[in-house]
Amino acid sequence: MSIRETILREIGRVAQEQNKKISALTDSSALIDSGLDSLCFAVVVVRLEDELGLDPFSDTENTTHPVTFGDLVRIYENASEV
Amino acid sequence: MQVKSDHSLWDRIFCRDTTGCSISDTGGTIQIAELARASSLSMPLAAFRGRSVLLAARDQMPAALALLELDGIAARITLCPPDVPNEHVEAVAAEANAEMAIIGPADQPSWNLEHLTLATADRAQIRPLAVDRHQSCIATEWILLTSGTTGVPKLVRHSLATLAGPIDIAAPPDPRIVWSTFYDIRRYGGLQIYLRGMLGGGSLVLTSGHEPLADTLCRLTKSGVTHISGTPSHWRRVLMSRAIGEFAPGNVRLSGEIADQTILERLKTAFPNARIVHAFASTEAGVGFEVTDRREGFPAAMVGRQDGAVRIKVADGTLRLKSAHTADRYLGATNQLADDDGYVDTGDLVELRGDRYFFIGRRGGIINVGGQKVHPEEVEAVINQHPAVHSSLVKSRKSPVIGAVVVAEVVLKQPASTAAEVESEIRASCLRELAAHKVPAIIRFVPALAVTPGGKLMRNNT
Repeated sequence: MSIRETILREIGRVAQEQNKKISALTDSSALIDSGLDSLCFAVVVVRLEDELGLDPFSDTENTTHPVTFGDLVRIYENASEV
Repeated sequence: MQVKSDHSLWDRIFCRDTTGCSISDTGGTIQIAELARASSLSMPLAAFRGRSVLLAARDQMPAALALLELDGIAARITLCPPDVPNEHVEAVAAEANAEMAIIGPADQPSWNLEHLTLATADRAQIRPLAVDRHQSCIATEWILLTSGTTGVPKLVRHSLATLAGPIDIAAPPDPRIVWSTFYDIRRYGGLQIYLRGMLGGGSLVLTSGHEPLADTLCRLTKSGVTHISGTPSHWRRVLMSRAIGEFAPGNVRLSGEIADQTILERLKTAFPNARIVHAFASTEAGVGFEVTDRREGFPAAMVGRQDGAVRIKVADGTLRLKSAHTADRYLGATNQLADDDGYVDTGDLVELRGDRYFFIGRRGGIINVGGQKVHPEEVEAVINQHPAVHSSLVKSRKSPVIGAVVVAEVVLKQPASTAAEVESEIRASCLRELAAHKVPAIIRFVPALAVTPGGKLMRNNT
């Protein structure tokens, strides 16, 4: 499964658990409007860390905060290439 | 400072008939009466008079024997459980100004304490005392080590009077009572049972961490144990054992950790005829109170009462106790443990719901999820309600998003092929019963949870 698919699956799972409605996500979708609150987002990030072994958010070198879904996928993809 | 005392432990045991009273462990049974005019120590009692003695035997029996003989003789006895790492033993010995150490016959201590005079306590060397014990008896300091903290334990100063205070001496001695505990007797909870066994006119069966639980339960059954105590974690282990079948103590006591309704219900089912009591005690605050209605928490009516031996108040969310059983201070510290009104803060957080207070965790054990507080025990209580769950540990995990999230480690009663199903059921009940920030982000199934040597769940953050 690609990183993008993994992220999409985790977001879908968390949204379902927390009973949140999320809009269809494309690269240009703003994360803040996606329907996920910061708690959901935190859960997604911690699960991705376990699943992918990547924690790009804690990487102090990486100072850009993802705004769109595309940004989010990219920082995980970049982290996986290091 | 040597204060004279009228009654040492020895005096209080042997002022009455001890026929039928015994103390036993995996190595066999010793009749208490045998010890009336005898000693198990490798040096004459006179050598210990006025000294600071470190009780550092690996096994419990040498400690049990030495305590009986040395109270009233030694100036200070420091009770060192066997799980304390060497460097901490050395620090504790220094803090306590220890001059002598008592070990077991087979012990080969590897701590670096060459200046200490070593003596052994050994049932095999029990022999008649050359001279009579009766000389002036001093008020021995009993020093207990705190548990559950990281780093060098604090030394908590007690006396026989504060430790034995909670024991009902007015009750007639009853040789039919057989005490046991899953605690080590060098920990506060275990020491209470040791003293009840010694002072209550009954018998005492010691357990051992080295013995398989099934063998222990078998031995407890054979010895006819009637009263037994342990932490909820000890009891969860017992409930998992197949050897529980014949074991039917009349009195089951839980302390040292929060007893949630789940464990109380499970013990009710396992021991339908037993009196099940959960008690509150801490090394510093001593024995507080017991709850006999088999419901978690305690009645709010207990708080603020001005009669009775123990006064209870709640301030800043924590339980505080005032009684004659509290320790006075930490060794090496000048400040008293009690506040100006005589109350000792237990550090245990309680919350009033209706007419009952519930324990919700330790101050400091709190998980902070984006500014919202989570008490791990509160989440564990929900997880533990699942019928497939044996035990759980909820902890904090750093989150780059909101500071921390809640994660759970769960032990199942038996390895389940349906773990994924159990996981979603646990998650569903957490979502139903808890605020969203309290629901574990990750539920991980583990074969076992680390338990401290004191029998409590190992919590990194407390």
